[in-house]
Order: sequence, then structure tokens, then C-alpha cells
Amino acid sequence: MTDFLLRRTFLQSAAAGGAILTAPAVLAGCSKSSTVGASAGPLAKSPAPANPFEEWYGLDEAAVRKAMATLSSRGADHADIYFQHTRNNSVVYQDGIIARASTTVMQGVGMRVVVGGKVGYAYSEELTPEALERTAKSAAMFATGSPTPPPASFAAVGRPDRYQLVVPWSEVGVDEKLPLIQKVAKMARASDPAIDKVSVHWTDGDERVLVATLDGKYVTDVRPMTRLSIELTAKKNGETQSGGSNLAARDGLGFYTDERLKTVVEEARDRTLVLFDARRPQAGDMPVVLAAGASGILLHEAIGHGMEADFNRKDISIYADMLGKKIAPDFVTIVDDGTLDNERGSLNVDDEGNEAQRTVLVENGVLVSYLHDRISAEHYGVAPTGSGRRESYKHAPLPRMRATYMENGPHSRDEIVASVKNGIIAETFTNGQVQIGAGDFTFYIKNGWLIEDGKVTAPIKDTNIIGNGPEALRKVTMAGNDSKLDTGGWTCGKNGQGVPVSQGLPTVLVSGMNVGGENRA
Amino acid sequence: MPNTLLDGAELAVALAQQAGADGVFASMSRSRQVSLDVRDQELEKVQESTDTSLRLQIYVDGRYSVHGTNDLSPDALNAFVEQAVALTRALEVDAYRELPDPSRFAHAQPALALHDPAVESQSLDARLERAMALNARLAGKDKVISASASVFDGSGERGAVSSNGFAASYRSTSTGMYGNVTLRGDGDKRPEDGWGMHARQLATLQSPASIGDEAMRRARLRLGSKKGPTTKTTMVVSRDAAASLIVRLLGPASGDAVQQGRSMWAGKLGQRLVSEKLDIVSNPLIPGAVGSYPFDDEGAAAFEMPILENGALQHYFLNSYYARKLDTAPTTDRWGNIIVRPGKRDLDTIVSDVGTGVYVTSWLGGNADTTTGDFSFGLRGHLIESGRVGAPVGEMNVTGNLLALFSALQEVGNDPFEHSMLRVPTLVFRDVQFSGT
Repeated sequence: MTDFLLRRTFLQSAAAGGAILTAPAVLAGCSKSSTVGASAGPLAKSPAPANPFEEWYGLDEAAVRKAMATLSSRGADHADIYFQHTRNNSVVYQDGIIARASTTVMQGVGMRVVVGGKVGYAYSEELTPEALERTAKSAAMFATGSPTPPPASFAAVGRPDRYQLVVPWSEVGVDEKLPLIQKVAKMARASDPAIDKVSVHWTDGDERVLVATLDGKYVTDVRPMTRLSIELTAKKNGETQSGGSNLAARDGLGFYTDERLKTVVEEARDRTLVLFDARRPQAGDMPVVLAAGASGILLHEAIGHGMEADFNRKDISIYADMLGKKIAPDFVTIVDDGTLDNERGSLNVDDEGNEAQRTVLVENGVLVSYLHDRISAEHYGVAPTGSGRRESYKHAPLPRMRATYMENGPHSRDEIVASVKNGIIAETFTNGQVQIGAGDFTFYIKNGWLIEDGKVTAPIKDTNIIGNGPEALRKVTMAGNDSKLDTGGWTCGKNGQGVPVSQGLPTVLVSGMNVGGENRA
Repeated sequence: MPNTLLDGAELAVALAQQAGADGVFASMSRSRQVSLDVRDQELEKVQESTDTSLRLQIYVDGRYSVHGTNDLSPDALNAFVEQAVALTRALEVDAYRELPDPSRFAHAQPALALHDPAVESQSLDARLERAMALNARLAGKDKVISASASVFDGSGERGAVSSNGFAASYRSTSTGMYGNVTLRGDGDKRPEDGWGMHARQLATLQSPASIGDEAMRRARLRLGSKKGPTTKTTMVVSRDAAASLIVRLLGPASGDAVQQGRSMWAGKLGQRLVSEKLDIVSNPLIPGAVGSYPFDDEGAAAFEMPILENGALQHYFLNSYYARKLDTAPTTDRWGNIIVRPGKRDLDTIVSDVGTGVYVTSWLGGNADTTTGDFSFGLRGHLIESGRVGAPVGEMNVTGNLLALFSALQEVGNDPFEHSMLRVPTLVFRDVQFSGT
């Protein structure tokens, strides 16, 4: 995999201003192959063991202090050491059987030194005092100053608890998962006679992290995650269509209630079968209604990335001069929230050790805050928002979204639909992307409907939407009172790092965006 | 010289067999990477890392599973392998799972020149110098808000050992440079673009100055970009943007998509579904090329494979599992250098002939349904007016069906980028639907 990964990593990091959001089906080919062993014991049930350095990573705290001293030996405004251990399990059901299962264990330590705006970063997969020392030297190499005094000890910092499991995934046997996966697959198979193939992708895992900082603090977190994805292929009159649905959460086996499973199967069936009758809308600019839920992709792309403060600090975001300005109607309030229980995008603490918060980005139409990591918070002289996230120990943290949604507006869904003479309503999505500086964003509608004379009529499919962020926000002319978060397994990519996120929206009308369609002769 | 990479894989195979596996295929890789980012003539970030990974495919009593670890200390590995074999026993029998056929294994390795010692031996200062030289072509110039430059170097080794006789590894290097620039545009807009390239050999890279200049040229072309018209017209696609169209076209030719019924190519081998002007081969045996390799992930010796001939699909990208499920012979599921047979004319000549149309230089978002080929992509590019590349356009979409689009392929240019894994020239399509104002 070496050269492929090398190439991919470079290409991803090369796409500096681009940011990409994908649903799980799109990411299915990008397996992460780097992994680690079972040397660390099973995950502790307690979120905070007495000595996590020793109990989780087999290291004496003194060795970590020594590494911190080396890390800051050439000067440091900030330095952190990020330990991570993850164990992910996956199961694939295809052609009537459990066709594949896998376990991937990944463990390592990432070290960062910040001097001014400059960052030195190195990581090691070997967790020995010698490897720590070597890694610290390598991360500090770029700095040229005199030593910053390291802490005499690390003191534990408390944190909230938004997703602690009674039974961690490491203690759930494959014998408990297989019947559930087989049940879902049977439900899907039986859901309609046109269903020809059913595949189910299951993943679960626990991640435990420890962040120790130059100011002598450390914080730990234990983060569960699970995702179930159903893909269907259907055949009718010699035509083939495929589609699916998925759900995800920072939760345990109990998340998969019969009701949730029934819903996800019905969604997968409906989204697939409707494709036989779906067509393209007309091409061009038109009103676009975003259905409540997954349409939060609008916020993620049109404004969320542009509010990540690293882009603004460098003056390369279209929102860089808009703080305090009115950018949307009064009824628009947009939040990026890490504090929701068990949501995919939620966090107790971010990957710099700061407590995750509920950050209001837009309040009554006014831009009020960016999303900060330590570096940007320092730059702007504000408190971090708990938005410093990373994919793994292999990456330095960046300001990132968590769960991004719009609060309820004053209108009803019916009212919104009735107001549209000729347009579309978008319901499900596969991916989105944005150019941070130009502000142009896109998202891809997999399923939706035409709206004709205020009524929802024929189904549509495979339509790309393109718009400009600030312009689209100005054109949010109506917002419903039915805001909800999507339960799908979204992954957001930025500078080559993927992190889990959530998104939500009430029914919203954008009075004009460009719709990829086909004009019939 | 003892090969420690293969020693590790061999140990893993032996441990799995002791634990009761009937078949084992252990793949290993090790790589070292250095990257360096400069912004506005200041060092922004330096990163160094070493990765090791072991991937174990285990076969027990007709059952199969895959496992990964990078803790290769003997005790840890032992416990890991035992757990992996135990998990495999708990799964269902899959009649199609077997170790890859040993008769396909690579034995002698071709000389592919994939490793360049110069990539590994550079000093941090030399890398910084290159990044600064690239950045200097961008930073501080007219309308420039901010400019970045990245330099990346990696070297690694990958190999595999199987319980039925495969044992081989190879080393490779990768080096790259990339520049990106954000300009002051109209109003609040800050258009940006960039360019870069990567290669196996340091000497293959273009100079920092020429990469920087190309990044600047592309960014300047975005200034004043406006939404173009809704129209059905000829689409000329630049070689970069054409490469990603080819990826969309060939992606559904993978074994799992075909076998799972999620491929527009399913059941269509040998049928001419797109223009006969389209010929594509996958060639992993070009010395020094980015997409070259001596053997695939199943140990099968690399070979040149025709994909499309006169518009008819010749082979699927098939590993042995999906080949057995489709009751046919395996090919390979690893892409080599993807080579579209070039035509005779260059971009300028083509554009002057086209007269009126849209020239697409990059895509923004969008997707394609692998089952039906229906697509819709956002685009950036230019109008073609009076036979010349004219005003920049953006915030537009192009929508259609991949098979229909490639059936309407009017011309293939003569200008593939010779250092890319995807050697795709300019492509021209008739009657394409654009969404604009």
C-alpha cells in the first residue's frame, strides 16, 4: 500500500483550500491500513483510570515528562503530546452470508510544537521511552529558540461525559453482532420483490485518547462509534438501480433498536425503488427547498468550512471580513455543537484537550464566531471553542466542525413547499465540497422531488447543486419549525484528514441555486 | 542483506498456521515520510513520520477474515494472531474464498526503477529551499492574499508472504511539490487555484519556479469568473479534468461493483458501449512511472491489460474472489498507469475547430451513479468563443450519463501529461447539457 498511500496523502494535502464531505458509501474504498497490536489491554470501562499513561499505553509518566522537555527544548509557545489507541471492527454481509470480517488496531503518539504560527509535528507508532524521545526531537527540530520550561508533573483535568457505554465495543463478541446483521439483511431482502442484492456494512470501535500539554495538564477521553450501512440493488423490467441508507452514532449495541433498524431498511428500500421512476429536473437556476435533516449539508458547505478560523487567520476564507456583519435573515441561527449526547459529531474534549462546546456561528442572521483551535484562538485573542480535531495521531489538529445545524425558523414545511412555483425539494445526499476562498460550494442530491405549482410531484435523482456561500445564505427566504439532526454517518475531509461529523436543518427554502439538470427537447 | 520486512511477514504466517489457519496471506509495508509547508515565505509546518503495517488475510475451514496491526513485538503479535484466528472460526463458510492461485505469483521482478535514493537523502534545508523557491513565485505578487507551497518526500517498501509459496517485496519512492495561491477577487471573493506534480524520481520533478508559475497561471485565470449560460453545446475537457472523468468511467469496472450488480458495465464485456475513438490500457510495467508495480495485492505478476478497445470493454478489474463469484478467470484489481491512446491534435487546434462551447478545466463536487452512469458535476472553466478560450466561468453544472457522454466523444487530443499515473489527453464531447444562468 505504500506508494498508493504516499500518493493519496500528498494529493489530499495538496488540495489545500478544498474540503470534501462524504457519505460512507463513497468512502468505502478508502480503507485505512495502518494498525496496531493488542499489546494494550482491553479498554477500561472507567473513562479515567488512575494512571492512564501506564494503564493505557504502558508508559511511565516520567517518560512523557521527559519527552515534553525535549519537545520544548528549542522553544515553544505551546506543545502537546497526543496518545491514541483505537480498535475498529467491521463486518460485511454480501450474497446471503457474512462474507468478511476484520479487526484493525491502531496505536501511536503524535507530538506537536507551536512557535509563533509555525508547527513542528512528528509521530511514532512505537510506545517506548526511546521512541518518545526520538519523536520529540524530530518534532522540535525546526525550532531555533532556547528551552521553554517543561511541567514538573501532569495534573488530570475533568471533562463531561456524553457517550460512555455500559458495555464497550471491545467486549461485544462477534456472536452478538452477526445475528443482528443477518436480521437486517433478511428484512431488506424481504422488503420488496424487486430487491436483487443486499449488502450490509457494519463497523464498531472504541478509541481512547490522552492529551498532555505543556502547561502540565492532561485529559483523557474514550470515544465509541458505530455505523450500519445497507446497500441494495433492485431489478425491474430489465433495468437495474442501486441505493441505500445508513445510520451512525457514538453509541453501543443498544443503539440498534428494532425501530431504528426498521426505519433504515425502509429508507434504503424507498430510496432505491424510487429511482426507477426518477428523472432529472430542468437545468438552470431555480428555488431549492432543503428537506429537514440531512440537508444540513447546505450549512456544512456554504458556511461551516468558511468559519473554520485557520482559513480566516490566513485571510483565505470568503468570510474573513464578515465577523459581526449581517449575512442572513433574522430568523437564521446556525450552531456548531459538540455537546449533544451520543451524536456522531459529538466530543467530550477536542483533540487538543479543550472541552467541546456549543458554538453559535450565526445568531439572528449575524456572524458571531468562528470555530477555533488553540492557534487561531491565540491569534484572535479569544477562548478556544473546542474545535481542534484530528483524524488520528498521524495528524496535527485543525479547526473542524462537529454537529452543524440551523435552529427552528418561523415557517411550516407546508407553507414553504406551497410558496414554490417551479423548483425542487432535496432529500438525500451523497457528498459535498467547497472552495473556501471563492465561496463556491456544491452538494449532490441522490433523491428529491420536483415542486410544481406549490405541490411535490415527480421524483428526481442524481442532481448536483452549486452555489456561492454568502449569496446562498442571503437567499434563505424561509426556514421551517421542524429542525432535526440527520443520523447518517457523515465524514468530513480537510487537508487529508477525515473526521466524523453530524448535520441538521429545518425545512429551508433557498430562493435560487444552480441545479444540474437536463432540458428535454 | 536480510529482509526484515519479509521476516516479519513470514513470522506472522507461521504464527497463524500454528494457531490453526489453513491459509495465510501476510502483506507488510513500511514507509518514511517528510513533508514541509511554507506560507508567504515563512515555514508553516514540518512533519516527519514512519509507518509500519501488517495485514493478515486468514483462511480457516472455508472461513475468511482480515486483520491489521503495527505492533510487531513477538508477544503482541502472538496474541493478536490467536485472536484473529479465533474470530475467523466464528464466521460463516464462504465457498468462494481461497488463497490466490500460486501459478499467477510473480517470481522474477521486472526492473521498474521505482526507487530513487536521492529522494531519501535530501536534507531538511534542501527541501526548505525548494519550497521557498516555489513559494517565491507566488507570495507577494499582484493581487496575492496568501500563497502556500508544499514539498513531500516518501520512501517505503511493501511485500507479502503467503502460506502457499509467495514471498517478495519491493522498494519505492515518491516525491512531490505543490503550490497554491489565493487572490483578491471581486467583492469578498478570494479565488484560488494551484498546481503540483509527483514522481518516483527527484530529477523528474519540474523546477520549483515552473511549478509555481503554473500554479499562478491557473489562479489568475479564475479572476472575474462568472456563471455561464444554460446551454447544450460542445464540451472540451482539459487533460487534468479528463483524467477524473476516466476514473469515473472505469471505476464501475471493478469486480465488486460488477458482481454486486452496481456497475453500468455488468454483463457488457466485449460490447461497444462508448465511442470507438476510445482505447485505454492499464500498464503497470513502465519504468519509473508513478502507477507502476511488480505485483498486485494477491502476489500476481503485473501485466499490461487492455481495458477499452474501439469503445468495447475488454476486462474487468477482478481479484480472485470476485472472479470465482463471476465464474471467470481473475485479472487484477490494481490499476497500473492508465493510458488513453492519444489523438493527433493539440488543444489550440481543437478549440479553434470547435468554435463555440465550454472548456472545462476542473470539477467541483458532483458524483455519478455507478449502476446507471447518471452523473452531475460542478465545473470551473472558460467559454469557448470564436475558436478561442475566452471568459472564465464557474458556478455551473454539467449533467448527463457517462456512457452517453463517452458515446458522444468527438475527439481525443495529443497532450497527456507524461508524468501522471492517468495519462489522459484533452477530450471533446458533443451536445453536453450545462446548467447556468
